[in-house]
Amino acid sequence: MIANSRRGLRNHFLTAIRNPQSNMPITRIEVEKIAKLANLELTDAERESFTGQLAAIVEYIDQLNELDTSAVKAWQTRSAGEAISSYASRDDVVRPSLGQQKALDQAPDADEGHFLVPRVI
Amino acid sequence: MKLTVEEIHNLYAAGDATPSQITRAALDKIERDNERLNAYLTINRDGALKAAAAMDGDIQSAIKEKPLAGIPVAIKDNMCTEGIRTTCGSRILGNYVPQYTATAVKKLEAAGAIIVGKTNLDEFAMGGSTENSAFGPARNPHNTEYVPGGSSGGSAVAVAADHVPVSLGSDTGGSIRQPASFCGVVGLKPTYGRVSRFGLVAFASSLDQIGPFATNVKDAARMLQVIAGHDRHDATSANIEVPDYLNALTGDIKGLRVGVPPECFGEGLDGEVKAKVEAAIHKLKDRGAEIVEVHLPHTKYVVAVYYLIATAEASSNLARFDGVRYGFRAEEARSLSELYRCTRDEGFGAEVKRRIMLGTFALSSGYYDAYYEKAQRVRTMLVNDFAEAFKKCDVIATPTAPTPPFKIGDKSDDPLAMYLCDIYTVTINLAGVPAISIPCGVSSSTSPMSGLPIGLQLIGNHFDEARLLNAAYAYEQQPRKP
Repeated sequence: MIANSRRGLRNHFLTAIRNPQSNMPITRIEVEKIAKLANLELTDAERESFTGQLAAIVEYIDQLNELDTSAVKAWQTRSAGEAISSYASRDDVVRPSLGQQKALDQAPDADEGHFLVPRVI
Repeated sequence: MKLTVEEIHNLYAAGDATPSQITRAALDKIERDNERLNAYLTINRDGALKAAAAMDGDIQSAIKEKPLAGIPVAIKDNMCTEGIRTTCGSRILGNYVPQYTATAVKKLEAAGAIIVGKTNLDEFAMGGSTENSAFGPARNPHNTEYVPGGSSGGSAVAVAADHVPVSLGSDTGGSIRQPASFCGVVGLKPTYGRVSRFGLVAFASSLDQIGPFATNVKDAARMLQVIAGHDRHDATSANIEVPDYLNALTGDIKGLRVGVPPECFGEGLDGEVKAKVEAAIHKLKDRGAEIVEVHLPHTKYVVAVYYLIATAEASSNLARFDGVRYGFRAEEARSLSELYRCTRDEGFGAEVKRRIMLGTFALSSGYYDAYYEKAQRVRTMLVNDFAEAFKKCDVIATPTAPTPPFKIGDKSDDPLAMYLCDIYTVTINLAGVPAISIPCGVSSSTSPMSGLPIGLQLIGNHFDEARLLNAAYAYEQQPRKP
């Protein structure tokens, strides 16, 4: 269900961008969905401005479709020109870490060795 | 303080100055200028004076052993400094005091450097003007109505305004080179992996790299010498020997093949920038370099690729800012999910949210193949373009930025226009190669009050900083015409 609705979102999104009649290629509803995925609570003004700005950026990005990349591998880590040896593995040994006191030191709210947050249940 | 590292060391050697005197002079100038330039978010007066005083006694012997003994430095405020506030130019880290120090900063301190302050930046290094700082824009010292560039704007200003001889910035898509160009100083982005990223607050982990600003190439080489090398805290730092960069600065570039890609000199490039950069390339030829044509055929796509990959990585990296373990927390939240959303809404500025949104979109189910995967494929093509180009040349010369500095506020309402300014710099991060920006003239047309700087970008092959620095050094030896 979720996958389907996202596919629907995508089709709507792309159709809207490619439709020159459309003044609002990305709707506020889609911006709200992305914001939810990103754990962002947007203000009305942000929803408004992001809708137009993201649409313009994505439209610009869509020029990548001019390139045939079917025979190209996606870039991963580093290619031959770069140093493979730099991704060295290391021995799995315990080393001193920050420690509990320092780790909690910058927390907005902590008590008895724990980070405190609003109740979940 | 208009002094190079070498000149300060000469003063120390002659007994004409002490680290305390030099550091106090730097701090005084910083404090006088900061209201006007807003280059520093934290001034480390007490810490710096204490560190300097501890060096006063044996500075004459220290300068023989430590390459930066008694040298005041400024650090971009996205590198962790234990006990000194590190904000990333963001409200969300406005009161964060790190529990540890970044490796590059630790290495500077071990080499004798004195940290005088943490410099202003675009929030989380996202921007090209330092206007996206939550603490107000930094200003270009050549004309304060203009941007200093970004995101490492404060660190560029620190050197350009003669506060410190050298500073540290970080470069994800041009954030060292472009402000160096706009402020008329030298800025180097090393090869990905040359310098440890440990303690650098992550923006885009496959692109981020720490590097120096300096008034001259020799000081930039000296800084790289100190910060380069493998670090067990950063698995992507390269375990490759660090050459002697200062020794490489012979100024001899006879036979050096300088590649010039016509794709970087076409549409969108300001006429005056084009003329100055072409004149600079001509000077390299006068010094014995051989100019060859090379091609970077996918240049028109680099901004699109960059803004997919960088934002995708940012959306993932910035997920950690949730108001639980450190930094700002929204007060009014009643549930955990509300705590996350409200903290991030109040804590992040508009550009950071915009990029998190774009990156989240590019990675989200259904869009991943068409956007993120596509961008990674084109990234492979860009890497191959550089490999081909470097078969024909040793360094590549381009402009650093397509225009001279612009006015504060001119592009702040148009993110896409701002992104397009990154066309010559982002591709270097995508390919992982090193590049340096050096001043190559001033623009007379942009500012009626004073000419604003223009930068030449030289690009090297992976881990070939020695040759890159020598090419820049050779150019610097030319007498400059205004």
